[in-house]
Amino acid sequence: MQFSVDGRTVNAATGAVAIDRDEVAHAPLVVLLHGAGMDRSVWSQQTRWLAHHGTRALAVDLPGHGDSEGPALTSVGDLAAWVAAVADALGDRIHLIGHSMGAFIALEAVATSPDRIASVVLLGVGATMAVHPDLQAAADADDPLAAALMAGWMHGPDQKFGLNPTPGLSMTGTSRAVIETCPTGVLGPDLRACAAYEGAVAAAGAASCPVTLILGSLDRMTPRRSAQPLVDAMPGANIVELPDSGHAPMMEEPGAVRSALGDHLARVGARAPV
Amino acid sequence: MVEPDSHRFDTRALHAGQRPDPVTGSRAVPIHQTTSYVFDSVDHASGLFNLEISGHLYSRISNPTVSVLEERIASLEGGVGGVCTASGQAAFHLAMATIMSAGDHVVASRNIYGGSHNMLNLTMPRFGITTTFVDPRDPQAFAAAIRPETRLVFAETLGNPGIEVLDVAAVAEVAHAAGLPLAVDSTFATPYLMRPIEHGADIVIHSVTKFLGGHGVAIGGVVVDGGRFDWAADGKFPTLSEPYDGYHGITFTEEFGPAALSMRARAEGLRDFGGCMSPANAFYLLQGVETLPVRMARHVDNTHRVIDMLDAHDAVSWIRHPAHPSHPDHDLARRLYPKGAGAILSFGVHGGRDAGRKFIEAVGLASHLANVGDAKTLVIHPGSTTHQQMSDEDLAVAGIGEELVRLSVGLEDPDDICDDLSQALRASQR
Repeated sequence: MQFSVDGRTVNAATGAVAIDRDEVAHAPLVVLLHGAGMDRSVWSQQTRWLAHHGTRALAVDLPGHGDSEGPALTSVGDLAAWVAAVADALGDRIHLIGHSMGAFIALEAVATSPDRIASVVLLGVGATMAVHPDLQAAADADDPLAAALMAGWMHGPDQKFGLNPTPGLSMTGTSRAVIETCPTGVLGPDLRACAAYEGAVAAAGAASCPVTLILGSLDRMTPRRSAQPLVDAMPGANIVELPDSGHAPMMEEPGAVRSALGDHLARVGARAPV
Repeated sequence: MVEPDSHRFDTRALHAGQRPDPVTGSRAVPIHQTTSYVFDSVDHASGLFNLEISGHLYSRISNPTVSVLEERIASLEGGVGGVCTASGQAAFHLAMATIMSAGDHVVASRNIYGGSHNMLNLTMPRFGITTTFVDPRDPQAFAAAIRPETRLVFAETLGNPGIEVLDVAAVAEVAHAAGLPLAVDSTFATPYLMRPIEHGADIVIHSVTKFLGGHGVAIGGVVVDGGRFDWAADGKFPTLSEPYDGYHGITFTEEFGPAALSMRARAEGLRDFGGCMSPANAFYLLQGVETLPVRMARHVDNTHRVIDMLDAHDAVSWIRHPAHPSHPDHDLARRLYPKGAGAILSFGVHGGRDAGRKFIEAVGLASHLANVGDAKTLVIHPGSTTHQQMSDEDLAVAGIGEELVRLSVGLEDPDDICDDLSQALRASQR
C-alpha cells in the first residue's frame, strides 16, 4: 500500500491485507523498519504472517528506499521523527519492529515520541554500529562491492553454505540484490547515520514501553557483546537469544523470529498467543 | 581493500545450498524421496498454503533435495534464487509463462536450439505469445524488433549450433532501455565459463541435463532469477506487480522484492503447470555440479586440442568455434570467456551431405546421439535431427548447412578423441 507522510509517498508491504478493512480496524498496528540500504522485503517471512495473525502489519520502505519517495533522511534522529509522523498518518499508536539501522530508529523514536510507540522489538542491534572503512568507501562510491561485503557479513557463517528456509532462494544472493538495487546515493549516508548515532544507550534507558531484543549469537555486524549495554539499560526487556543467527535473524531463523514476535505481542496484550 | 566474506566458485559448486544433515550427519545430499511433508499444526499448514511462511508442503512445489540444487545453481550464477524443472524446455516455458500472457511478444535470437525455436515459432503462438527472430550479433536488431507489447528479450549466450557469442551487456542495455528483461539460455556456457547476471542478464535458463549434470543420466532444467530487474516499474508485468487472486491478493513484488519472479514461478508455475524436477534427478544432477569446475576446464582443453586437429585436416572445409580465429566472435569471446567459450563446435566436411553422413557413420569412440554436454564425446548432424523441423530457408538463416556436423567434446583422452575423428574424416572422403 501507499500513503502519504509529510507530503511524500510512503510504500509498505502489508501482507496483502488491507489495513483499512472494517474487520481489522482495531487490530494493533505493527510497523517494521528495515536496515541500511535495504527495503521492506527483508521482512517477507514476517509481514504476511503478522497480517494474518491479528495485526495490521506494515513493512515500510524508509524514505528514498524501495518504492518510497525520497529524499532519504540522513540521520537516525530525522528518521525517528519520520516514524512519529508515520504513526500520526496511520492514526494510532504503533508497535515498532526494527532491524539494524531500523532498530536504532525504533529506539530513538521510543525516546523522542513515547506517546506514539506502544512497544518495540529490536533485531541485529548494538549500543553502537561501527562501519568498516572499506565498506563505507564502497558505499559512498555506489560500488557493488558494498553489497557483496554486507551480504557476506550480515548473515551467520552457516549462510556461506546456504540452505535457505525459503526453498530455492539464496539468502546471501537475495541480500546482495536488495542492497545492489538500493537507489543510488542512499547506502553511503545510511551507513554514516548508523556510525554517527551515539544515542542508543540513552534512548534505551529512557524507554518506558515494553521491549524485546532478538539477538543473534553469531552476529558479526553488531556482535552480541555490543548489545550488552542496551540489555543493561533495559532491565525489564525481554531477551531472545538465537544461537545460530547472524545479524539478520528475520531471514536466518524466520520461524523463531515469528514466535518471538508473537510472544512479544501477546505479552504486551496486542494479540492472543498462537 | 577487504574482500567479501563468501566462498569462491569452486567451493560453492561443492557446498552451496547444503549443510550436513543435522539429524543423521549425512555428508552427501540425501534424496528426499517423498511427496509431502507433515505439518506442525493447522496454523502451520495454513501459513504454508497462504505464503505467510516458507517451507516444503508438496514435492511438486518444492523438495529439500531439489532445493539444494536450486540454491547451488543460483549461487553459482549470482542470482537470488532458482526454480528447477523437469527439463530445460520446461524451464524456458516456466520463465515465459510466469511473466507473460496472451497478446505479449518476444524478441529472440534466431540462432537458438531447434526445440526452443519450435516453442517460440510454432507452439507459443497458439497461446497468443508471438516472437520476432533477429540476428543475435546485432544488438540494434533486437531494439528494432521491440514493439509496445514486447515483454521479453531472449537469446542463448552461446548459440546453437554456430556458437554465436552473445554480447550480453549490449543486448541487456537494449532490453533495459525498453523496460524489458533479458533472459538467456546459458546451457553451453555454464556459470563456470561466464555468468550472464554479472553482465546484465535478468533471467538465466539452463538445461541442467547438459554440462551442469555432465554425466548424461538425468533430464532437468532451471530458471535462475537475477533479482535486479524492476518488474513494477511501469506496469508491464502485472503477474508480478499486481494483486494475484491465487493467493488472496498477494503482490509478489510488494512482498518478496527481488525474489518476486522466483516466488511466482514456484507458487503459480510449479503449482499449476507442474513441471517439477524429481528428487532423484536432482541428486544425480548435483553429483555433476560438484565437479563442474574441473570438468569444464578439461572440456575446454580437449576442445582446443580437437580444433587444432580439425584445422590441420584436409577433409574439413571450415570450423566454427569462438576459439578459432575465423569465428566472427573470436575477439568478443576472448573478452567474455577468458576460460574458453565452451566445448561445442561445428565443422563442415568436404563433400556435403554424403560426406557428412559417412563421417557420422564412421565414428567409433564418439557417440551419434541427440544431446550435448555429456562427459563422453557426442556428434550429430543437426540438419537431419535437432533442427529438422526448420525449413531450408530457416536453416540457412540460422547458418546450418547440410554438411554441418556438431561436436560436443567430452572428457576422454584428447588423443583418442582426435584419433577417432581423424579416421572418420578419412572415411568420409572415400
